[in-house]
Amino acid sequence: MSFVKLTTSALAIAAVSATTAAARDQVQVAGSSTVLPYASIVAEAFGENFEFPTPVVESGGSSAGLKRFCQGVGTEHTDIANASRAIREKEIKACAENGVTDIIEVRIGYDGIVFASQIDGPAYTAFTQSDIFNALAPKVMVDGALVDNPYTKWSDFNADLPDAEILAFIPGTKHGTREVFEEKVIAAGCEATGAMEAMVAGGMSEDDAEDACLEVRTDGRSVDIDGDYTETLASIDANSNAIGVFGLAFYENNTDKLKVATMSGVEPTTETIAAGDYPVSRPLFFYIKKAHIGVIPGLKEYAEFFVSDEIAGPDGPLAAYGLVSDPELTSTQEGVSGEQVMGGGS
Amino acid sequence: MTEASMPAPSAPRQRVSLTAPDARTQKRKAAEARFRMYGVAGIATGIFFLIVLLVSIVGSGTGAFQQTFLNVSVYLDPAKLDKNGNRDPADIRKVSTFGYTPLIQDALLKQVQDNGIETPLEKRGDMKAMISASAAAQVRDVVIDNPDLIGETVDFRILASSRVDGYLKDRVKREDVARDKNIDAEHLDLVDALIPLGVVKKTFNMDFITGADASESRAEAAGIGVSMIGSFFMMLVVLVLALPIGVAASIYLEEFAPKNRITDLIEVNIANLAAVPSIVFGILGLSVFIQFMHLPQSAPLVGGMVLTLMTLPTIIISTRASLKAVPPSIRDAALGVGASKMQSVFHHVLPLAAPGILTGTIIGLAQALGETAPLLLIGMVGFIASNAPDSIASGLLDPNSAMPAQIYEWAKRADPAYYERAWGGIIILLIFLITMNTIAVILRRRFERRW
Repeated sequence: MSFVKLTTSALAIAAVSATTAAARDQVQVAGSSTVLPYASIVAEAFGENFEFPTPVVESGGSSAGLKRFCQGVGTEHTDIANASRAIREKEIKACAENGVTDIIEVRIGYDGIVFASQIDGPAYTAFTQSDIFNALAPKVMVDGALVDNPYTKWSDFNADLPDAEILAFIPGTKHGTREVFEEKVIAAGCEATGAMEAMVAGGMSEDDAEDACLEVRTDGRSVDIDGDYTETLASIDANSNAIGVFGLAFYENNTDKLKVATMSGVEPTTETIAAGDYPVSRPLFFYIKKAHIGVIPGLKEYAEFFVSDEIAGPDGPLAAYGLVSDPELTSTQEGVSGEQVMGGGS
Repeated sequence: MTEASMPAPSAPRQRVSLTAPDARTQKRKAAEARFRMYGVAGIATGIFFLIVLLVSIVGSGTGAFQQTFLNVSVYLDPAKLDKNGNRDPADIRKVSTFGYTPLIQDALLKQVQDNGIETPLEKRGDMKAMISASAAAQVRDVVIDNPDLIGETVDFRILASSRVDGYLKDRVKREDVARDKNIDAEHLDLVDALIPLGVVKKTFNMDFITGADASESRAEAAGIGVSMIGSFFMMLVVLVLALPIGVAASIYLEEFAPKNRITDLIEVNIANLAAVPSIVFGILGLSVFIQFMHLPQSAPLVGGMVLTLMTLPTIIISTRASLKAVPPSIRDAALGVGASKMQSVFHHVLPLAAPGILTGTIIGLAQALGETAPLLLIGMVGFIASNAPDSIASGLLDPNSAMPAQIYEWAKRADPAYYERAWGGIIILLIFLITMNTIAVILRRRFERRW
């Protein structure tokens, strides 16, 4: 009976797979979609130049990647988490609960976050953090008092900005980009406009005021994008008045569709970010599970290759793609080769 | 009806011709005509959208099947590639792709200067924007395989960068490159000058159909071939697991099982399972196959097992329907001449139901082939540039992607060249689906018996 044969062969396959399951010979990476392009460039070059198989790089967001990373030690769990923000205390604790204690933190460089709009749209060419805060916060300062955001057009609060409806596509909360956007733009704008002071004066504690500062309006003028930058780009394409938040590298690949705005008068380029002039930038990281080094072949080599001068240096392919290379790359290289774990221990 | 509602019998009836339809008939006919019109309008809308869809797919995707190549003669400098001069493969391997890039750039620059093309691009580094980053790996692989070539000048057909390719395909326009840091107008002038010399040439791109995925910095090198193999292995697993399990379950339920509450419950559950969103099977696969059974991540085996769970209800339902369609007289006749229950099923009922079972299986497979959602969770979506597997075991267990997952991945990437490739991938996927569905239709037409 052919069915019997088929079933036996199916069982045989399952048996074979169960025995080989213990061995995984490629590095498994998951995490930030901002780091994904860099990680994939490195993975590809790694596969070409080494005898190890090409690592598998998945995306899904920094938080999702770190969550998977922290699920435990063993070949069924990922070896590396990419993140566009530093790991949080809470996540380190979650990791420790699952036995993931020795984590090596590797900073690969910096990435700029830019505000861009449709190339033929209104002239959004210069913003300050206060402008973005005024446009997107639920409560803003008007004539010295904290009121519900009354603005519907950019020109309502800054005559230099175009007379166009406010509509912004910002990264959703699962993205590491969101945190940088909140800290470096919204929170900065909150302080600059005096809204934070007014909140504290209104009887809020400092911490509550800081949290309240990070909120964005919910009347539909600020739209969270949970997908990738391509989704933001599609939304910008469909709304000529809208502005969107992108990574510098993504913008540089789509200069024919997007025009970028300066922030506090500084144009975002790899040079201004490296010099620290452009205010909205963030470090990019990946985290290695030390327990997997020596178990997964090529894991350490991949990490060392990632931060080597020819890859992550200022003339390497990552910089060519849009990464702002880290001036302290040498110490990062030492950290990786010395397997320095976080928290100062061992 | 009550008396009151009836017309008074004494009222004289108006005389009308039988051929002239009265108001009520006209109304009924008008209603029918309207209904037909709605139907035609519905079909027309459907066809219209189908045409729009096909035109946009073909229009956006055909570009992926063409690719721009550069024909360059590369001098394989022994001083760079084999410093010790002993042609030892181990030493040659130590030269990374970064060592090869300048050689290729020099070669192209030499070609430009030898042909007397006037261009302000006079440095080796200026050529970087023209050449794909994959070229270095291509040349390196050739040198590692044939160390004797070192010291000679070898002709290579290397990929042009995605911007140059885009220029030949009208995707990159001259007016847009001013702000593009990846390429300048001078490069485009140079490309224009190189086209008549045959150095820059756009030809059919077999690598798109056979190649592996590539990273974001080299969209021009990406192909769907390896994920096609991934899809093939997943379909193999689905076929090997879902067909026997599904057919065995349906035969038991249809022919042997007693009709009681338990079988009713099973039946309801199978029907419900067929409607469960596929992402649910992905989560199930993650927790059972990967986290509990410790099967490898990103493996087509796991992908196939998850898709098996998804396809099983479809196969069971269609198999049961085709078993039911075999008239009871066949079974009775078999039993009447002394066949056992099992003989009657396997010798008579099953062969007669086979075309229906196969049709259902093929349609189930086609459905599984186009599924992305469950693969998201078991690590089959991402950058998985593995090479084509060399054996069945590695095909099943090595990390791989699948066609729809690859398309999804491409659609997310920043370089606009990937957009074109995503559409090209859709064309290939559609060809597969149409082929499978056609086979299903042909099987049904040729072998199905109606009673």
